[in-house]
Amino acid sequence: MNSAVITFPGSNCDRDMMVALRDVFGKAPTQVWHRDTALPDNLDFIALPGGFSYGDYLRSGAMAANSPIMREVKAAAERGVPALGVCNGFQVLTEAGLLPGALMRNAGQHFVCRDVALKVENAQTLFTAAYDAGETITIPVAHHDGNYFADEATLDALEGDGRVVFRYTQATNGSRRDIAGIVNAGGNVLGMMPHPERAIDPAHGGTDGRRLFQAVMEGLAATA
Amino acid sequence: MKKRIFVTLKPGVLDPQGRAVHHALDGLGYAGVNDVRIGRLIELDVADDVSDETIAEMCEKLLANMVIENYRIEDAG
Repeated sequence: MNSAVITFPGSNCDRDMMVALRDVFGKAPTQVWHRDTALPDNLDFIALPGGFSYGDYLRSGAMAANSPIMREVKAAAERGVPALGVCNGFQVLTEAGLLPGALMRNAGQHFVCRDVALKVENAQTLFTAAYDAGETITIPVAHHDGNYFADEATLDALEGDGRVVFRYTQATNGSRRDIAGIVNAGGNVLGMMPHPERAIDPAHGGTDGRRLFQAVMEGLAATA
Repeated sequence: MKKRIFVTLKPGVLDPQGRAVHHALDGLGYAGVNDVRIGRLIELDVADDVSDETIAEMCEKLLANMVIENYRIEDAG
């Protein structure tokens, strides 16, 4: 498994993501800087980590979405390379147009930082095949701008196509239809506000996030 | 040449900041405020040959998020 973690100025979950990928994939990921203009060859997986890229200037993720490396990330994602955006990474993916909708300020105005229960709405994606459909898992969130917005037609299309992958079981941040994570039409790009990389070791208080990375590894091994 | 770009939330998009400010105005005793919506003002100083079409392109690519926001370009002298 050749994986890469993209680090933007202001990313702060990149090291957590690298630890998680190394631990589950058994091989350390390559850390790629936002100003780099190429991704490593033969890349199997790209992770966009959480944080506050570019200080959330303009809008969360807006500046990062236009950074040099994102051209390569977009091209790779369009070729079908699996990509995961967590928290700020999800914001970057929507701003880059790789996922529909936008992430707005939490409806309650507060930064939300706690474990949340998520319902696995689609257990047939590359990222969720190790979960049971309808299973409730626990993953921490930590965000100020996680309020998912898309117009009704887009939401209906996402729901109809099984692209709503994770849903909060309780209202968390004002997200339309309690959406916590969605995939692109190709199923190879997942954006989610909760942090699976913070739930991979019993010492974290839970390991429900670990199965997401395991599913990716097993899914890719099966198609290799 | 100076331009002002007003970026505002589309109608129908909930504005939690505006709502909180509305509550604060109520708390200060200002009755009669029906709604508060908060936007962003961006001032651009551009060369004279930069067209409004080009500025509109800048808005759609970066300055506004067309999923949730509208923009309006004004001359500012």
